[in-house]
Order: sequence, then C-alpha cells, then structure tokens
Amino acid sequence: MEMIEAPAATTVFELVNLLLQFLDSFGFLVLAAVGLVVIFGMMGIINLAHGEFILVGAYSATLVAVSGVPFPVAVIVGTLITAVFGILLERSVLKRFYDRPLDSMVATWAISLMMIQGTRIFFGNTIVQADTPFGAIEYGQYSYSGYQVFLSLVSLGVLAGIYLLFTRTDFGLKARATIQDVDTAKAMGINTERIYVLTFGFGSGLAGLTGALYAPTLSMSPGVGQNFLVEAFVAVVVGGSSVVMGTSLAGILLGSISAFFSNVYSTFWGRIALLVAAIIAIRLMPNGITGVIENFRERRDAGMSLREALRIPAVTFFLGGGKGE
Amino acid sequence: MGKVSSALSRAKAVFGALNGPNTYGNSRAFWVAFAVALVGVFLYPLVTGSYRAGQSAQFLLYGFLALSLCFIWGYCGVLSFGQVAFFGLAGYTFGVVTLNFGASSTLPAIGASVVVATVVALALGYFMFYGGVRDVYVTIITLAFTLVLFTFMAQTAGSEWTIGEAALGGFNGMPGIPNITVGETSLTGESFYYLVAGLLLVTYLGLRVLVNSRYGRIMVAVREDEDRAEMLGYNTNLVKLVVFTFGGTLAGVGGALFASWGNYVDPSVFELSFAALPVVWVSVGGRESLVGAIAATFAIERLSQYLAATGSEWALVIIGALLLFVILFMPSGVVPKLDDGARFALSWVKKKRGAASEREVSHVDGD
Repeated sequence: MEMIEAPAATTVFELVNLLLQFLDSFGFLVLAAVGLVVIFGMMGIINLAHGEFILVGAYSATLVAVSGVPFPVAVIVGTLITAVFGILLERSVLKRFYDRPLDSMVATWAISLMMIQGTRIFFGNTIVQADTPFGAIEYGQYSYSGYQVFLSLVSLGVLAGIYLLFTRTDFGLKARATIQDVDTAKAMGINTERIYVLTFGFGSGLAGLTGALYAPTLSMSPGVGQNFLVEAFVAVVVGGSSVVMGTSLAGILLGSISAFFSNVYSTFWGRIALLVAAIIAIRLMPNGITGVIENFRERRDAGMSLREALRIPAVTFFLGGGKGE
Repeated sequence: MGKVSSALSRAKAVFGALNGPNTYGNSRAFWVAFAVALVGVFLYPLVTGSYRAGQSAQFLLYGFLALSLCFIWGYCGVLSFGQVAFFGLAGYTFGVVTLNFGASSTLPAIGASVVVATVVALALGYFMFYGGVRDVYVTIITLAFTLVLFTFMAQTAGSEWTIGEAALGGFNGMPGIPNITVGETSLTGESFYYLVAGLLLVTYLGLRVLVNSRYGRIMVAVREDEDRAEMLGYNTNLVKLVVFTFGGTLAGVGGALFASWGNYVDPSVFELSFAALPVVWVSVGGRESLVGAIAATFAIERLSQYLAATGSEWALVIIGALLLFVILFMPSGVVPKLDDGARFALSWVKKKRGAASEREVSHVDGD
C-alpha cells in the first residue's frame, strides 16, 4: 500500500525535509557565530574563548534545569551568568588588549585553555543533560526534531533583536559612534569605557544563550564549546564584521549550501561544501559580505548606476588584482 | 698568507651576514652563549641516553613550526593560525608516501611532504593576499582553514579514504609510519635527534642571514607600514605571498619530521589547541626574535611535559596562567625584555667603570 503512495507527496515531503534542514543549519550557523561577531565587529577582538563562553552558558543552564527549574528560565539564567562572566573577564583582563588585537587572541586562548581544564576539574568529564523540549515533527516517512526548528526561529529573533538594539536604542547609537571613532565619541561625552563593557557583556550573553539553547541537544563535556567553532569562524569569514547583515546573509548562503549537500549526499559532504564555499567566498569577497555591501554603497554614493554598482568582481576572481578597502 | 687572509675575510663576511638590525643577539657575548648552548645540545644525548634524546627531538622539530611563524609574523606582520595546517598536511603526506613505498622512500617522502605544504601555503596565500585580505582577517581565515581540515580528517575513517595502501583513518589517524631511513640505517633515538638538531641549526642560521639581508629589510618595511612600502614601489602582495609560502615550507619540514618521529599522525595536529601552540611559543619568546621562538618552544613544551608527567590535572591551567601573565606584562615577549635588561646592565657597568675603559665594554656590546 505504501509503495503506491503518490510520488508528488513524497517530493513535497522531501522539499519540506530540505527546508527544515536549511532552517536547522541556518539557525546553528547564526547562533554559533553571533556572540563572536558582536565582540569582533564591535571591538575588534577575536575571542578564541568563544567556545568556552558557550560552555559557561550550556553548563549553567543545564545545572539549573536539572535541579528542577523550567527550561526557559534556565536558559535565561545561563545567558545572564555568561554575560556577567564576560563582563568580569573584560574588566580584569581583556580591557588591556583593546589596542593589541593579535595579543588578545593569545590571551583569550590562554583563558580558553584554563576554562576547559577548570571545568574538567570541577565538574568531571560529563554532567547530566537536560531533556530536549518539544517532540518531533512528523511528515510522511520523515520526522524532524521540533526543537531544532524552534531554534532556527530563535536565531531570527536574535538577529532582529540585535538590529533593533543597535539601530533603535540610545545604547546602540552610542555603541556605533564609539566603534566608528572613539575619540570623537569621547569628546561628545559618551562614556566609551562603559560602552565597551556593555557590548562585551552583550556578546558574551549571546554566546551563553547559544550554549544554553543547544545544551539539551549536545553531550555535556568540557569541550562542548568546540562543536561551534568551525561554523562560527566560517560564518565570520564569509559574513565579515557587520553583525546583522553579514551574519544573516552568511547564514543563508552557507546554510543552504550545507543543507543541500547534506540532504543530497551526506552530513560529511555538507561540511566539505561549507569549506569550499568559504574559500571561494574569501577570493570573491576579501572582507566578507560586509565588504561587498560597503563597496556597493560607496559605488552608489559615487553616482554609479545600479547595474554598474552591482557588478561583482567576477573578473578579478580569475585575473587577480582585487583589493580590499 | 693571502689565501688565509682572504678565507678569513670571507668568514668575516659570512659572520657579518648573520648579524644585523633585524635580529636579537648580535654581540660577541651572544655568540659565545650560543656556542655554549650548541655544545649543550650536542652533549645532551650523551648525558640522557639515546632513547630520551629521541623523545626530546620532538621539541626540536616543533622548533621548525615556531620558526615558520616567527618568520612570517615577526618579520612580515602576517599572523597565521594555519602553520599547523601545513605541518599536519606534510605529516599526512609523509605517511601516505612511506606507507605505500616503504621505509626506503622516506627521503623522497620528506621532499614530497615539503612540496605539498609549500603548494598549499602558496595557494592559500595567493587567495588571501591577492584577494586583498589583510591583518586580522588573515588570522581568522587561516584559523578557519585549519579547523575545517580538522573536521575533514576526523571524518576519513571509512575505507574509501585510502590512498594506495595508506588509510587516512579518521580520528584514529595513521599508525605505522616508518622512521626516516638513510641507506640501511633507520634513524631513531640520538641519530634522529642529531638530524633534527642539525637541520634546525642550519635553518636558524639561514633565516638570520635572510632577515638581515636586503629582502629581510623589505619584509620589515611591509610589517611596519604596508601602504608606505607599496608607495615606495614594492609589490607588497608578492612579498607577503613569498614569505607566507616559505613559512609553509618550514612548517612542512617540521611536519614530515613529526610523522616519522612518532611513527604516527592524526587529526589532532589540526585542532585549535595545537594550532594555538606556535602562536603561544612565538609570543612568549618574542615575535621578532628567532632564537626566542626556539627557546620558548623548548621551555614551554618541556614544562608542559613535566607538568603532565606529574599527573596533576592543574597542568593546563598553569600553562594557561603563565601564558596570560607573559602576554599581559611582557607584550613583546621574554627575549626583548632580556635584551633590554642586558643593555641596561651593560650601560650601568659602563657608567661605573667610567669613560676610560669604554672600548672594552663596547666590545662586549657588539657592533
């Protein structure tokens, strides 16, 4: 009986499957990267302890949830704990590295090393996992974890939230002013020190949120944050330093490539396709999608027609001579 | 007589080429200390025995990794997190070639590994530098490249990932890689140690000549101000590409030696924790100091081995804290600090002795 099932319905189910897979990888890419991008894009620090900020969020949310607190509350607690943790770290160590971006990588790596091992010392090699909320979505012979789909919606919410925060609030305005020109911002009476602290806390909180949200889906070990690193860094490379535009477009581009190849071939080829896409993207867009957008804006401002301004440097891909900035 | 003096002047010229404004340690005092250290390195296997010496060769071959990063970061301003990628690819190449063609192929295998590492560095470098990628983006891209290689190699467990006789082996890596064999002699223990030590010495001296040469000055110009160097007519993209590619070559030498040292290579060479090590060694030693990079590599790796051997779970925490301390309080590294200290001490001695014996002191201070 099932054999005679209309092929059209199967195709629809397959398309639904592809769509859900896309949403899943989009959500993962965006959430994995967003904390890293806020800290990198706003402050120029490449946080190699990004995975361990995720670890803090994941562990604190899991410990709270397992003790009987409802999961959503645990997620909020995890996010806040990571934000506070980030602020403490910024005040004690990282504020000394603002004009030394390369040294900051070494420093954050040292922090990451200490945190992974510290977690192992205090909590052992694993802790009890929280239960995954929601069941599975079933369609045809397929099913998909409802929670994964929910997470992709959360990632959209997070992007929207960041956009509103940086464009519609007083803090966002001051933060952008500080990023653009610290001295002028200071002269205008902005407490730039405080902006840095808050931005760093915000970025850390986002990493913590990611950890807390994904905590039920991953096995809780001190290395849990490392699961996010490849996607996070690839998304930063492709997206560039712009938080909302860069990250979301990188998420769409890489998410669809990864979903397509995972769906048609296997998860392994999905990841390899991600790599190949990233390398090609580097050649085409040295400063990521952000650079392309800025370039487009500059060309438009210079009075070029829409068609001229849209010309992607396809020629430079083969001939070289493309120049960033 | 004339022959002797011309040989002497040639020796002087060679020695002069080793010294210059781009290296720490140009004084006679430095070279005396260097010679003493060299004798120590030479005598080490006689004291500890062949087996321990062979084990310690690991630190020496890490020296290549450290030098490769010091060369491109310290002298050309390009911070790469991807040196371990070239190191690891060379290690895998060495494994694939030798597992297919046996121990007699180890010498050509070193060549093949170095070629692979160089070509990959050239390709990645071309994509980056001619694509206009600069500064911190180079760092992120090389890091992403390494992490993706890790993901790739970790998933090559299946039988389809076999090159000839050699299975890549996924997480379990490639065991059974033969030792480097010259003629009939398989180099293990102290003979391997002396091979690596000799190669490292030649590489170090060669790099000193290079960074103090005209090309070295161009590299430093690019590091100091890329735009200005470009305005002066230098092709800065080409300079960075050449330097980056050569860095890949050096890392590749280390990788081939590494695979034959442990008879084994696995994806952990592409892990973030390993990728960060060269950056750690070089920033602790002083990124503008070749000798500092090597010394810091020995010191840090020896210390972490010692701490690991004590079985203390705090070992990694201590290493991390030490690193944080150095980077916070000695941002340019330990060797430049020591150099400052030595200069200060010398000038203090000078003042004490007065102007009369100035000539003697300037002798020690070097030219």
